[in-house]
Amino acid sequence: MADPLLQVRNLVVEFPTRRGTLTAVDNISFDIAEGEVLGVVGESGAGKSLTGAAIIGLLEPPGQVGAGEILLEGRRIDNLPYEQMRRIRGKQIGAIFQDPLTSLNPLYSVGRQLTETIMTHTDMTPTKARERAIELLTEVGIPAPARRVDQYPHQFSGGMRQRVVIALALAVNPRLVVADEPTTALDVSIQAQIIALLKKLCRDHGTAVMLVTHDMGVIAETADRVAVMYAGRIAEIGPVREVIKNAKHPYTHGLMGSIPAVGHDAERLEQIPGSMPRLTDIPQGCAFNPRCPQAHGRCFRDRPEPLPVEDSRVACWLYDEANALSYEDAKRAVAAKEQVSEAQLEEQANV
Amino acid sequence: MVAFIIRRLIQSLFVMFFVALVSFSMFQFIGDPVNQMVGVETSLKERAELRERLGLNDPIPVQFFNYITDAVQGDFGISYQQKRPVSQMLVERLPATLELSLISALFSLLVGIPMGVYTGLNRNGFLAKCFLTISLIGISLPTFLIGILLIFFFSVTLANLQPISIFGLFMLDPKIFQLPSFGRGTVVDLGWWTTGLLTVDGLKALIMPSITLGLFQLTLIMRLVRSEMLEVLRTDYIKFARARGLRNRAVNFGHALKNTMVPVITITGLQVGSIIAFAIITETVFQWPGMGQMFLQAVTNVDIPIMAAYLMLIAFFFVVINLIVDMLYYVVDPRLRIDTGKGSGHG
Ligand SMILES: Nc1ncnc2c1ncn2[C@@H]1O[C@H](COP(=O)(O)OP(=O)(O)OP(=O)(O)O)[C@@H](O)[C@H]1O
Ligand code: SF4
Ligand SMILES: [Mg+2]
Repeated sequence: MADPLLQVRNLVVEFPTRRGTLTAVDNISFDIAEGEVLGVVGESGAGKSLTGAAIIGLLEPPGQVGAGEILLEGRRIDNLPYEQMRRIRGKQIGAIFQDPLTSLNPLYSVGRQLTETIMTHTDMTPTKARERAIELLTEVGIPAPARRVDQYPHQFSGGMRQRVVIALALAVNPRLVVADEPTTALDVSIQAQIIALLKKLCRDHGTAVMLVTHDMGVIAETADRVAVMYAGRIAEIGPVREVIKNAKHPYTHGLMGSIPAVGHDAERLEQIPGSMPRLTDIPQGCAFNPRCPQAHGRCFRDRPEPLPVEDSRVACWLYDEANALSYEDAKRAVAAKEQVSEAQLEEQANV
Repeated sequence: MVAFIIRRLIQSLFVMFFVALVSFSMFQFIGDPVNQMVGVETSLKERAELRERLGLNDPIPVQFFNYITDAVQGDFGISYQQKRPVSQMLVERLPATLELSLISALFSLLVGIPMGVYTGLNRNGFLAKCFLTISLIGISLPTFLIGILLIFFFSVTLANLQPISIFGLFMLDPKIFQLPSFGRGTVVDLGWWTTGLLTVDGLKALIMPSITLGLFQLTLIMRLVRSEMLEVLRTDYIKFARARGLRNRAVNFGHALKNTMVPVITITGLQVGSIIAFAIITETVFQWPGMGQMFLQAVTNVDIPIMAAYLMLIAFFFVVINLIVDMLYYVVDPRLRIDTGKGSGHG
């Protein structure tokens, strides 16, 4: 079998500080296949953006890849010198950021920013690049592209600007796009349009997407697989139906409590009491244990690693206990075991 | 764009009008012009005649009107002390000051901007930290002290040094680095303009005064460019430019530096104005035959026509520079161009 497009192996992103090293992304692994859309969800501060930044090689110092590797088409890219990584950025891995209002340089026309990107990565002539720029604007649905190509970012509305940003990210047909909350900053009414556009373009071009979002509705409609991140770790990763309909990890379970329609921000995950621990006080064992209704002895001692459960991988001791097939089974198994141990305790006490 | 320029022109006219008012009132409040012009033995009758001839008996508004109309035509009256037309004296002195100011401004920009970019990009580099430390000295030392230190080293100390043998290969006479400490050196006369830019001697004479005059602005511009660069480099569009795989040069200079230009242009404009105005000190230290020196002499002699004319000329330079700065904004920043509608393509 061919290598997946992107492989992330045991990635660690850390911040060396005076008081020791903060580990913001802690030993995560996942793949993205050709043309696949991987949704990444999780509370604020879970490490989603840092993972994306590590993949495009633009972690901001003092952030750094502390361990692990990132492979693109089987070739390691996390340790490339700046200049080699620069050639990959834009050409093989595109990126889309949250805020379209600030992603474009206000002093250059959108055409100039497009042609600049195109000519950096190809040997097109300026005339050809300009034609291509107009073509791209057409493709992302900007009306009268031949005229608007010479306009400046401030002459475009927010939604139109995000279309331009998408055109820029896809300008030279990258194999993968890292889209970090591409619609969060936009008006709710145009979020769905932008997501639909991104989805359509990537499907047409066979571009894989790592889509970071808070919006479970977007994930449900767009992603092929979902990774749920919690405190710098992957709690659960699997096919989108599986994760949404049949969540396995207790955290995912809480997350899926209600899935609002596209456009509604599900940032506040109120159904799980408590909040994610800060990087400085992640508990021993499972990072989720203070909030987990199913937490039991082992959870406070050992850290669970993602293990295959059905088509997913889940980092939760529940599934180790009984090799359980479903969340309910797992809960029951643990409950049973705890009853047993309680009974044992009582016995011991009686002796 | 045209409407904007016209608006700015009208504003400039107002500014000039008020400066003229201040200049004019100097005549009213600082001494009696007639006393300044005549000797002790002039009779009262002669004084009265002179007063009449100068129009000093007219109502003040009429006098002011005459003053302005004359000034617009380049007539600033006659120097009390030298009995020559002030405009003629200014024209003689103008090239020295403008050349000095121009070279200082170029020096501060051409050195200050690259240093600012460098220190912005290599925030923690050793050299960048050196630059910053040195710039602190540049900002805190007063101009005249820098000038005097330069003179002390390049004119006095070097003149007293003996030739040194370099590795026994050849003799190096420190005197070849010696720089003149006063005057413009040899100047070439181009009709109404005299220039020191065309002779080695004239250029050498410019070096120390320009450094003295420009050093403060250089450090200011360097620090400004540095902080603007740091600011811009954090923006999303720079991150996005990097994410698009643009070359470092394109990101740093094409995208980042250009975005620092609006504040830099503003400050530079103001600074060029103050360079011209503060040339007074440098001109005094280096015996530079410019307008500043003339102004100081005029102050000593209470030569009001010269002081008034100098004031108006400096104000005029500020106004012109401000106009140029405003137009440069237009060139640099498309957001300011009138055409913000979704209409025509080119701004
Ligand atoms: N420069 C830094 N120094 C220390 N910690 C940092 C730094 N930058 C980010 N972090 C930490 O890294 C963690 C992960 O940040 P990241 O931006 O990846 O979160 P995220 O999942 O994208 O959140 P959001 O949904 O808010 O975008 C956060 O807890 C944050 O506090
Ligand atoms: S490992 Fe334990 S604490 Fe963590 S999610 Fe599973 S049951 Fe809850
Ligand atoms: Mg984020």
